[in-house]
Amino acid sequence: MQKSVISIGPFHPLQEEPEHFMLTVEGETVVEVEVEIGYNHRGIEKLSERRNFEQSTFVIERICGICSTSHPVAYTRAVEDIIPVEVPERAQYIRTIIAEGERIHSHLLWYGLAGHFLGYNTVYMWMWRLREEILDVMEILSGNRNNYAMFKPGGVRRDINPDDIPVALKKIDAIIPTIDRLKKAILDDPVLHARLKGIGILSKEEAINYCALGPTSRASGVDRDVRKNAPYEAYDKVDWDMIVTDSCDVWGKAVVRLLEIYESIKIMKTCLQKLPPGEIDLKLKSIPPGEGIGAHEAPRGETFHYVRSDGTNRPVRHKVRAPSYMNLPTCKATVPGSSIADAAIVLAAIDPCYCCTERMAVCTPAGERIYTGKDLIALSQAKTAKIKREMGIP
Amino acid sequence: MTRDSVLKDLRDKFCEDILDFFDKSPKRVYIEIKPVALVAAATYIFRDLGARFHIASGIDARTHLEILYHFSIETMNLLISLRVKLDKSNPSVDSLANVIKGANWIEREINELLGIDFPGHPDLRRLLLADEWPEGVYPLRRDYQEWDKQAVRDRGV
Repeated sequence: MQKSVISIGPFHPLQEEPEHFMLTVEGETVVEVEVEIGYNHRGIEKLSERRNFEQSTFVIERICGICSTSHPVAYTRAVEDIIPVEVPERAQYIRTIIAEGERIHSHLLWYGLAGHFLGYNTVYMWMWRLREEILDVMEILSGNRNNYAMFKPGGVRRDINPDDIPVALKKIDAIIPTIDRLKKAILDDPVLHARLKGIGILSKEEAINYCALGPTSRASGVDRDVRKNAPYEAYDKVDWDMIVTDSCDVWGKAVVRLLEIYESIKIMKTCLQKLPPGEIDLKLKSIPPGEGIGAHEAPRGETFHYVRSDGTNRPVRHKVRAPSYMNLPTCKATVPGSSIADAAIVLAAIDPCYCCTERMAVCTPAGERIYTGKDLIALSQAKTAKIKREMGIP
Repeated sequence: MTRDSVLKDLRDKFCEDILDFFDKSPKRVYIEIKPVALVAAATYIFRDLGARFHIASGIDARTHLEILYHFSIETMNLLISLRVKLDKSNPSVDSLANVIKGANWIEREINELLGIDFPGHPDLRRLLLADEWPEGVYPLRRDYQEWDKQAVRDRGV
């Protein structure tokens, strides 16, 4: 059969992080996939070498727009690992609260977009409305809806005002019933089961060999979560469960994310209630020569930072590893074998900040046809509609 | 298996190749190893000890180039960093990408940013840098000079 190459990307005006996927297809089936990144290379590692330790925190907070806190957590922990030193307990709790609030809104954002891809625009609207509520909570606690700028090596920059805690708790409690309703609607929906189960299979062996992280690995039965494996901040002081499924498909990734929202709410609420009094900052004077490693479980997986100091006030090397860096190559295992209509959601399932669906060109020797992002979403939504018709659901 | 027995096994198995063993803290160990033994040691840690490969980080340490390969054994909360020091005149170390698929991209990245060669890598293309970036200019080397990007853009490459 004749093979064609479909190119997805690299530019998308709505999402960040441009990526370029080349799908080789035989008819409707994808047989090979190739990923190209580097369209958004900003040289932040080099930039960080020219800032002092405190300034770098703000630079790396701008690495990702959605999970802006995940990099500062790992970075400040790496700098503290050089000395090594533990931050005061109150600062640990505040860091945990901010990090978990971010996980909730990031997972809600993924749900909304996944719903949109599948033609469930109600899910999309509801999830993004809930996300607004969480962003409001973050604004109450930190003063910012995103890019909280709460972190510094040795502690946190701002305290949480005790008067704000009951307000935030009340707001969190108010959104739980809505999430419950959506959970029931998603887990019981036969169409979603038919649409997501059994596609984008990432076996446990492949997940380990590709070093997959976060929900991508936990959906394949790999119990890998830095918060449990190497507890830090306040994660070993509160009670919570690691969510692992072994279904290996897109459905598993969706379930893991949905249930993790509940765990994050649990952690966030406990930390707010138990917030201990005391100092929030160690007031570090200087960083001695040495090297340090910091890791943090971000919404998409583990962020990993390596910092080397030579005793001056700047890092001589700062290596940043984001979770999508390890998760994206898994598409070489998950996408081949699926249809083009499924490829969008399989690629989206690792939550790579979908930048891919702007432009699609099917190149054949006979001529060229351009698929736009709209066409690809329409193709995906048409498949859901077809399943609905077959099941007799209006 | 405990932390001490794992580290003792590692030392016994690679006693000839380990150049330096730095037990920094209960959670961190830095092992300097000869470049020729890297693949064997990494394979042992990844396959036999069931460790997870985090990432590798390359550094220009002025007199030489260094790569650290970070592994962690999750059950005992131990992070092992394998360090190889490479000569600046001809930096080259065997590729891990055939053993660990997750090492594929980072070796491509180190290759273009620091100019270290990885013999045996299946596909050592550029990963991050733009197509018009000149050959042999490595941005993370200490002697890196800003090159005239405007001239290249004006040429319309």
